[in-house]
Amino acid sequence: MTTFTRRALVQGSTALATSAAWTGPAFLNWAKAWAQTAPWKPEQGAELSMLRWKYFVQSEDDAFVALIDAYTKATGVKVTVARESYEDVQPKASVAANTGAGPDLFWGLYSLPHLFPQKCVDVSDVADYLGKKYGGWVPGAVKYGESGGKWIAIPICFNGNLLNYRISSLKKAGMSKFPATTDEFLEYVKATKANNTPGGFALGHASGDGNAWVHWCLWAHGGNLVDKDDKVILNSPETAKALEYAKLLFDNMIPGTASWNDASNNKAFLAGEIHWTDNGISIYAAAQRDPAKKDIADDMDHSYWPIGPAGKPTELHLMYPLLAMTYTKYPQACKSLMAFMLEAENFNPWLVGSVGYLTHCLNAYDANPIWTSDPKRTPFRDVAKRSLTAGGLGSVGEKAATAIADFLVLDMFANYCTGREDVKGAIAIAERQAKRIYR
Amino acid sequence: MAALVAAIHVFVAARQGVDGRHKAGHDDQWWWSDSRAQLASLNLTTNSKETKMVDVALKPTMARAPARTVTAWDRLKVNRHWLGLWFMLPAAAFLLLFLVYPLGYGVWLSFTDTRIGRTGVYVGTENYEWLWGDATFWLVVFNTLLYTGVASVFKFAIGLYLAILLNQSLPFKALIRALVLIPFIVPTVLSAIAFWWLYDAQFSIISWSLRHLGLIDHNINFLGDVWNARWSAIFANIWRGVPFVAITLLAGLQTVSPSLYEAATIDGATPWQMFRHITYPLLTPIIAVVMTFSVLFTFTDFQLIWVLTRGGPVNATHLMATLSYQRAIIGGSLGEGAAISTAMIPFLLVAILMSWFGLQRRKWQQGESND
Repeated sequence: MTTFTRRALVQGSTALATSAAWTGPAFLNWAKAWAQTAPWKPEQGAELSMLRWKYFVQSEDDAFVALIDAYTKATGVKVTVARESYEDVQPKASVAANTGAGPDLFWGLYSLPHLFPQKCVDVSDVADYLGKKYGGWVPGAVKYGESGGKWIAIPICFNGNLLNYRISSLKKAGMSKFPATTDEFLEYVKATKANNTPGGFALGHASGDGNAWVHWCLWAHGGNLVDKDDKVILNSPETAKALEYAKLLFDNMIPGTASWNDASNNKAFLAGEIHWTDNGISIYAAAQRDPAKKDIADDMDHSYWPIGPAGKPTELHLMYPLLAMTYTKYPQACKSLMAFMLEAENFNPWLVGSVGYLTHCLNAYDANPIWTSDPKRTPFRDVAKRSLTAGGLGSVGEKAATAIADFLVLDMFANYCTGREDVKGAIAIAERQAKRIYR
Repeated sequence: MAALVAAIHVFVAARQGVDGRHKAGHDDQWWWSDSRAQLASLNLTTNSKETKMVDVALKPTMARAPARTVTAWDRLKVNRHWLGLWFMLPAAAFLLLFLVYPLGYGVWLSFTDTRIGRTGVYVGTENYEWLWGDATFWLVVFNTLLYTGVASVFKFAIGLYLAILLNQSLPFKALIRALVLIPFIVPTVLSAIAFWWLYDAQFSIISWSLRHLGLIDHNINFLGDVWNARWSAIFANIWRGVPFVAITLLAGLQTVSPSLYEAATIDGATPWQMFRHITYPLLTPIIAVVMTFSVLFTFTDFQLIWVLTRGGPVNATHLMATLSYQRAIIGGSLGEGAAISTAMIPFLLVAILMSWFGLQRRKWQQGESND
């Protein structure tokens, strides 16, 4: 559902700079030269297969396909790419890891490699090579990429989730810039409701947008699901404060957010029904593409999440790591492809193709023109630096993934905001579930 | 489950076949033993000398093998039970492979802590103990029973009403009957998406129409409010399930002999009496079957809920099937998900037993005593 809707929304934003970059003979010469000098030489007769999450932005996939073609031309290694809905990559990768057969490379969601770290090819050399060449990795990427002192995956990119808002209604609320703290944000939310320009965050089972905002809210108030040793510490005054704050927000949102899924806020924002929400860049991309929505595209902007009592950014963005399975017959080819993908000659046009939907984890790519050619995209440049990891203070492995997939924190907020449970009851239910997951 | 019901049917049919053959076999034997007795009485009249002479005279020409004793294999070869066993083997293998094995494996998983991609170890009833104390699980059981109960009652009432209506002579009867089936023909996912739009918090055409008629001043929160969401989901399920009940009951109605109604009319029966004492009793077996299937489908519903609400708001519309999927496939806890699925079995067995006792009424219908 989500996948389809989002993709449909942004489908038209194709062919930006994508095809041009990879077709010139100069580029092919570079690719061939790269293959000659790169530290990893694909095995004789190597062939690779990769399972990746299904794209949300058509032009991103066009860029990706062109890049893979270039790799094949330069090295002679044939690469077969399969695409699955992003929620389905994890089960398939798990089964492949378990049975020792399947695609050589999996490109999935945030904690995927940590589900079976011993089954992932050690790619520390690739990570070192790229890190040194491109200004180092952001801290969140290191946490997602490393396990037991070695790199088990290459963090390709983050997928940012930030605040989307209408500029006119911000001004109407008497503010010149978007609120930077949670207190200001609450004032803004109340004002937008009073002005009949309300917004909303999804409180239904929305894997992306729903989880993003409730984790921000929990962390912003100093609450945490677990500590650094994965001990459950959810039951705290900070969590209670986060719930109280969320309830105040909820009471001033547009009615119906408890039923929202990942696509609902996109629809409502593009129809002018809501004036603020949390989302990737897809609303903006869709508004830009549709001439009838030009007024919305002109009148909207993005902002970081406000900072709460915790005093630092507490954002949760999706991570897309790429891993190679130890059962692959061609580990050198896998490594060379990983390195090739993140080389500036490839990655820069790819970032352009993704129109801000994907954010790099290597600091040097801050200079990519996509982030500055349109200032409204600029906040997405920094999401990798600002993102905390799944599981908060705790590990990024399977337990964190399960807690998110089971909507543990999201349901806790929904339980309290909709009045089904009081603060204690909502926390108790979530705590019991968390203790089982983190046992 | 449908396969299990089918298996029961096959079994019943087989039993009837065997009973019928038994009677015939008995008759054969009676005839045979009778003629043997006659032969024996004939033998009594012949004397022993003659017998010996005959023996001597015939000896050279009778140099054939002594009459072969009938081996167990011979008996088996013509045994119809044995043949029947072989005929049943493909069906049995099919059921074993696609029904018993997955079901058994699912039950086994529920006693382990298996996660996706990792085999688990036996943990006894740990999953069940956890679910026993899990408020969400009990909420979901309540939701499932409410959803199934309310939807089934309405589907039956509306379905029966429609069936009786369609059984009258109407203009364009065939066309109308075909039209009634449409909700059933549309793939569930498509109709669910249509309902998702109808129930949308911002774009619902229902809210829009009522607002423009001046009847309400704000959108109806169809899927965002706990009870609204439940009733909305139940309504969508009823809409989808009525045609199945209606068409099946219509088929049942058409098997009722018109002469019964004629006789009743002559006796001066009112339409209600005709329904109560002719239509309803004769329709009972088909009602039992159709309602069993309806209950099974409703109880195990997944697509509608997944598209409409994904179990939200705050798990108010989560059914056992959707919770099982969420915990097992998305959350990765296969063992716990399997335990939730296994917990559905007792409820489903009750539904199947209802069908079983409903089918028993057939004997009564065929004029035999009711047992």
